[in-house]
Amino acid sequence: MSIFEAILLTVITASTPLVIAALGELVTERSGVLNLGVEGMMIMGAVGAFATAQLTGSAYIGIVGGVVSGALFSLFFAFLTLTLVANQVATGLALTILGLGASGMLGEAFVGAPGVRLLPIEIPVLSAIPYVGTVLFKQDLIFYLSILLVIAVNWFLFKSRTGLKIRAIGDNHASAHALGIDVIRMRYLAVMFGGACAGLAGAQLSLIYTPQWTENMSGGRGWIALALVVFASWRPWRLLAGGYLFGAVTILQLHAQAFGIGIPSQFLSMLPYAATVVVLLIISHNRRTTLINTPASLGKAFVPDR
Amino acid sequence: MRIELEKRPDVSKLFGFVSPLLALVLTLTFGAIMFAMLGKDPVEALEAFFIEPLLEVWSLHELAIKAAPLILIAVGLAVCYRSNNWNIGAEGQFTIGAITGSYLPIIFYDWHSPLVLPLMLILGALGGALFAAVPALLKAHFNTNEILTSLMLVYIAQLFLDWLIRGAWRDPKGFNFPVSRDFAPEAVLPAIWEESGRAHWAFIFAIIAAVGAWFMLRYTLKGFEIVVLGQSERAGRFAGFSSKKMIWFSFLFSGALAGLAGISEVSGSIGHLQPAISPGYGFTAIIVAFLGRLNPLGIIASGLVLALTYLGGEAAQLSLGVSDKVTRVFQGLLLFFVLSCDTLIYYKIRLVWSRVGGRAA
Repeated sequence: MSIFEAILLTVITASTPLVIAALGELVTERSGVLNLGVEGMMIMGAVGAFATAQLTGSAYIGIVGGVVSGALFSLFFAFLTLTLVANQVATGLALTILGLGASGMLGEAFVGAPGVRLLPIEIPVLSAIPYVGTVLFKQDLIFYLSILLVIAVNWFLFKSRTGLKIRAIGDNHASAHALGIDVIRMRYLAVMFGGACAGLAGAQLSLIYTPQWTENMSGGRGWIALALVVFASWRPWRLLAGGYLFGAVTILQLHAQAFGIGIPSQFLSMLPYAATVVVLLIISHNRRTTLINTPASLGKAFVPDR
Repeated sequence: MRIELEKRPDVSKLFGFVSPLLALVLTLTFGAIMFAMLGKDPVEALEAFFIEPLLEVWSLHELAIKAAPLILIAVGLAVCYRSNNWNIGAEGQFTIGAITGSYLPIIFYDWHSPLVLPLMLILGALGGALFAAVPALLKAHFNTNEILTSLMLVYIAQLFLDWLIRGAWRDPKGFNFPVSRDFAPEAVLPAIWEESGRAHWAFIFAIIAAVGAWFMLRYTLKGFEIVVLGQSERAGRFAGFSSKKMIWFSFLFSGALAGLAGISEVSGSIGHLQPAISPGYGFTAIIVAFLGRLNPLGIIASGLVLALTYLGGEAAQLSLGVSDKVTRVFQGLLLFFVLSCDTLIYYKIRLVWSRVGGRAA
């Protein structure tokens, strides 16, 4: 394998969890709910996936464990913000704080345990294509899933009837309610989809990225995923591109450290976070485009009048 | 079964007081269940966690030490949140405040003067405020989401501290450990009542900040401006208030308090700079602010409660052998219950048992 291929492979591995987690949040936000708990759901997915993979010996069941953990954990958020109309920003923060604590406690038994690694699947014929083949068609299941998910979510949001309803409640929940759409129920489902995706992203971290459990292993990726949604202005394809941009920055930083560039490693490690700030700055600079693209009901509580 | 909400005609004063207490009770109940599931006697565990740390004088001093940064930061955050500005990067402002405040005792360690300590505190507050100015600038002038930018800056601040401590500011006599040189005695924040324990002046700063902020919010025009702009930017504009200026004010104010908390912690409790200077005070302060219902006087009480979870976590680790992560779980649960119980202040909650009825579908 050439260095070029090796770097591309690591970029993909670093980008996949960002893309998946951000995609889930994109659907949640399209429905008008701002869930800042992505980091917490992601780390719960990571510990859930690692634990199920350990106990069953199968990385595939581990994936399911991660997805279910993320989705169930998101129900806390849904109940508080949708049923009890609690402040979404504060509840999202609570979800992250609780997730980081609970995952540390649940994962304590697994610290240092050798993980069950999810192995790549080689797609015959296509994987034989020079350069591109090994990179794109000899990947793990979660990578293929991430691409399929982008396609599916894009179709779902802009081509399907339910997708139209989701966008409608995100833009104006009062009118959508008047049209007979069950706003609360749709939002529950959208939040759970976001949780499931964050859980899947977490599973990627603990089964592929570093197949072991370490505390706080999400390392701020959930927050970067949130920034990605803004960067993508709530569109799946832009989100895919943005996810790979951020993944590339993360990896460049690692390679630059390996090559011994004269910049202290701490400054290189700042790069993904600094890049997030810069990108947000550039995107939000144009007030009009952000206003047009942001779901108008984003972050606003909805209480149906009875 | 379904839950229905009915808006109260007036905000319930009763529940404004009862709901934080209810949240505490619920957290304790769930904590007991959690301990039982971990195979510990729940009563014994809760006693070790929440009662024993309160029984000895030295331990009360430790409580004040842990409560001080929480209260200082949370008071700033409360002003921010009330004005609808979401600074969640206090942990970073705390870190930068600790760094800028440590500049004098580390670089000019030969300078002995009673001026050192006040200057350190001022530098710490300035550093925190300057660091908070970044998300403020980005929000006020480029419309950038302050939640995300202030949070990203936390990681940057922590890496910067790590670089300083392993590089330029490392103690040459520190056996290669990543710590700075110890502060000279005149750079150490004095204890309040040395005969009985370690609690230092940071706690007094915290009380002054809380009372001051309470006075500002309640009796001054600035306080009125904060509340009006927080409730409705439009209404604030009609009243002639500028939301841009409010972004600057609230971020600089909360950043300065977080920075002051940072330098106070390093100077009063630790005595030098090191890579880990905070057990998550900046994030826990968010819980403190909400548990205190964003009221500075309430925050004094809630700061003490959250400080107790840190102390109790340490105690329970020793006496019961449970993980120190229990502390974080308790804190997260508490915030959850606080937020859900707050619903009672604004709404009447009705359980509807029948499948049909209530609302026509």
